[in-house]
Amino acid sequence: MSRIGVFICHCGENISRTVDVERVASEIGKHPGVAFSTDYKYMCSDPGQTLLKKAIQEQKLTHIVVAACSPRMHEKTFRKAVEAAGLNPFLCEMANIREHCSWVHENREEATLKAIDIVGMMVERVKKNRILPTITVPVTKRSLVIGGGIAGIQAALDIADCGHEVILVEREPSIGGHMAQLSETFPTLDCSQCIMTPKMVDVANHPKIKLYTYSEIELVEGYIGNFQVTIKKKARSVDEDKCTGCGVCMTKCPQKKIPNKFDQNIGMRTAIYVPFPQAVPNTPVIDRENCTWFKTGKCGICQKVCGPGAVDFEQQDRLIVEAVGAIVVATGFDLYSIAEKPKGSPIKGYGEFGHGKIPDVIDGMTFERLASASGPTGGRILRPSDGKEPKQIVFIQCIGSRAREKGISYCSKVCCMYTAKHTMLYHHKVHDGQAYVFFMDARTPGKSYDEFWRRSIEEEEAVYIRGMVSRLYQKGDKIVVMGSDIAVGVQVEIEADMVVLATAVMPQKGADTLAQKLGISYDKYHFYSEAHAKLRPVECATAGIYLAGACQGPKDIPETVSQASAAAAKVMTLFSKDKLEREPIVARVREIGCVGCFACKKVCAYGAIEEKEIRDRQGNLIKVVAYVNPGVCAGCGTCQATCPSKSVELDGYTDEQIVAMIEAL
Amino acid sequence: MNQTTQHGFEPKIIAFVCTWCTYAGADLAGTSRMQYPANVRVLKFPCTGRIDPVFILKAFQQGADGVLVSGCHPGDCHYIAGNFHARRRFAAFRKLLEFIGVDLSRLQFSWVSAAEGGKWVEVVTDLTEKVRAMGPMVEFKELALEEQWSGVIDTPELKEAYNAI
Ligand SMILES: Cc1cc2nc3c(=O)[nH]c(=O)nc-3n(C[C@H](O)[C@H](O)[C@H](O)COP(=O)(O)OP(=O)(O)OC[C@H]3O[C@@H](n4cnc5c(N)ncnc54)[C@H](O)[C@@H]3O)c2cc1C
Ligand code: SF4
Ligand code: SF4
Repeated sequence: MSRIGVFICHCGENISRTVDVERVASEIGKHPGVAFSTDYKYMCSDPGQTLLKKAIQEQKLTHIVVAACSPRMHEKTFRKAVEAAGLNPFLCEMANIREHCSWVHENREEATLKAIDIVGMMVERVKKNRILPTITVPVTKRSLVIGGGIAGIQAALDIADCGHEVILVEREPSIGGHMAQLSETFPTLDCSQCIMTPKMVDVANHPKIKLYTYSEIELVEGYIGNFQVTIKKKARSVDEDKCTGCGVCMTKCPQKKIPNKFDQNIGMRTAIYVPFPQAVPNTPVIDRENCTWFKTGKCGICQKVCGPGAVDFEQQDRLIVEAVGAIVVATGFDLYSIAEKPKGSPIKGYGEFGHGKIPDVIDGMTFERLASASGPTGGRILRPSDGKEPKQIVFIQCIGSRAREKGISYCSKVCCMYTAKHTMLYHHKVHDGQAYVFFMDARTPGKSYDEFWRRSIEEEEAVYIRGMVSRLYQKGDKIVVMGSDIAVGVQVEIEADMVVLATAVMPQKGADTLAQKLGISYDKYHFYSEAHAKLRPVECATAGIYLAGACQGPKDIPETVSQASAAAAKVMTLFSKDKLEREPIVARVREIGCVGCFACKKVCAYGAIEEKEIRDRQGNLIKVVAYVNPGVCAGCGTCQATCPSKSVELDGYTDEQIVAMIEAL
Repeated sequence: MNQTTQHGFEPKIIAFVCTWCTYAGADLAGTSRMQYPANVRVLKFPCTGRIDPVFILKAFQQGADGVLVSGCHPGDCHYIAGNFHARRRFAAFRKLLEFIGVDLSRLQFSWVSAAEGGKWVEVVTDLTEKVRAMGPMVEFKELALEEQWSGVIDTPELKEAYNAI
């Protein structure tokens, strides 16, 4: 038989002014199961809590109801006090007679009756409360970072500097991401390579970072603190341990005319290659599609010239399993292509711009490679078609971005700034050239950003035309740009030597596939979704997974780095304890009733529900039932209301508890 | 309904709310000292997704004259999508209720966020007044007598059936 203790708080006069607390105490005292009932001026005060603890011990109370303010205010306080007195904290409930009663009603009689009802309801509920043990899950203090752009690099370095091991997985042969491709960076115009490569080297040399390049995530299992990740390390055809990075192989490879993706396909590379000279690791990869050996079985020159004998044509893809406690996703972005019209995608491409067929219409990233001192032209701005220096150059902003009719309605955020940067770089390199910019608006919020943009007009003589371009076409060796200047209200036609398009920042191709492996959500464009747009911007709703950089939405470098460090801080918070403690409000499956329909699995937004086999002693499969992983369950209870056989139950909110409350009314 | 019975009638309203949005909104109404009729009794759930339509039937059986279900606005669910599941579930459930002859004006669904103390007051006041004008709900109280609650395995037959598995 339960011995329930009920404590009615006056809250100074906040409750007692409208609610007759003594009457509530005496009425509730008559309730079956209530062994002790009293009222006190301030229950949450020290003497109030002492009164509660003493009563528990002296009266041998088994369940507690504190009728006072909202549980959102003091539930933790009273549960702690109850625990200190030796009871399980989940045997204590609060009845809200302040926010939901004394403060919102003036009529004393009505308020008192309502308070009696509310307390009575909680008394009936608490009778059905069960002892709930605190749930602890162990934490593996290693983390996985997916993507080795500046976001992944920053997060990996921060976590590793705190002494925790990091597994960094990069899909390409080298880390660096887009930042490694940039020439100079706004708003300070420092050279990207100069600030980026030292960080890349730090990653390579860090004793706590294990780097897997040319690798991808194959499978993710487990939950916060306890993930198992299978990584596919693609065959490089070069033994990383033997290779010294001398590069002799690359000078001898006869396949020299393969477009280099890192140079936006305007520069060429060999079949055995590193994407760029400062690559980390500095170990070449054989591109098997273009290698003569792999195509014809002849050649093998690289193998012959390699001193340490590192070239290995037999190398196979390998699967590696790593155990980690936290995951940072930093897979970055891709760029909109005016040529593309992918099937089933809202992206429309730009037929009016020749669908990418005019050779001297390039995108912003290609311009970065042209302007880069280590790029294919050695930093000279030259036309891809004939290698001539363009004297009239037109930049067009918002290509794809903010263009609902092209399939994207958001702003790509970095294009206004990098276009301003491009006009400056152009002016520095082609003194007698003229740059024009077609723009809709100049969006330059950010420290020193607007000043930077103004400089491109005021000091670097870029001509900004507010308006859209309706058509581009080749005429002789010129590109005719037809647009409108809406500020003046006239049509403009420019015969340009080169056109640079500020194409939209988009999620990586395959971002959705990776998200499905991780069990994280994404928006309609496939940018990854944070748990809360304002208050939890670096966490995924899936516990233990964090976001950094442009994979979550368009970002510049300062923002990317801030978010990466924030994600690292979140990982370190998780790693600061050996075990994770969590409220035991989780769902549990009554296996006996479960029919294995997995309706629950479909509605669980957290992927907390797994399939579990039930076997008899001989090991014969009896049935497959649902199992709720308590480490992952968030405690929403949606599964319970969905289960057709009433076999899953949310601790703390069982049907029994709720029905008891309804029946008390 | 004649004037006298209507005058003496105070409806019983039961509200099922989620803890993150509507419960917090009702708290805000309290801290802002807004006033509303004392007829409502609030039951707190982690999420509207946890609310089983059976609870609504149960509330009507227990003598509720009006039931309110309220949670986070679409897209604001603390548990990502619990309220969407709830919405879908209740859309179907309303049709059933209508089919068995319950006046749907007694059952109100709403979204009240943690910042909408005023909206909570409005919703509760409106429902109370509407139901007060409708008079007591009788149809379901009779059903309570022939109790057939499937939520707990408490009949000997059911227990036996389970043990046999
Ligand atoms: C033309 C242009 C100019 C710019 N100029 C500037 C500038 O001057 N200043 C500035 O502040 N910002 C600039 N930016 C923005 C800047 O490039 C980004 O802020 C930054 O690169 C974002 O870094 P990230 O690490 O998030 O993404 P990324 O640089 O895209 O890196 C992501 C990495 O993840 C890897 N990856 C992707 N998918 C997977 C996978 N499934 N598994 C493993 N690895 C994966 C990729 O290979 C890549 O290495 C510019 C952008 C553009 C397009
Ligand atoms: S919904 Fe219920 S019966 Fe179906 S699998 Fe889940 S727990 Fe089992
Ligand atoms: S309570 Fe919610 S989070 Fe937990 S298993 Fe059920 S649906 Fe998933």
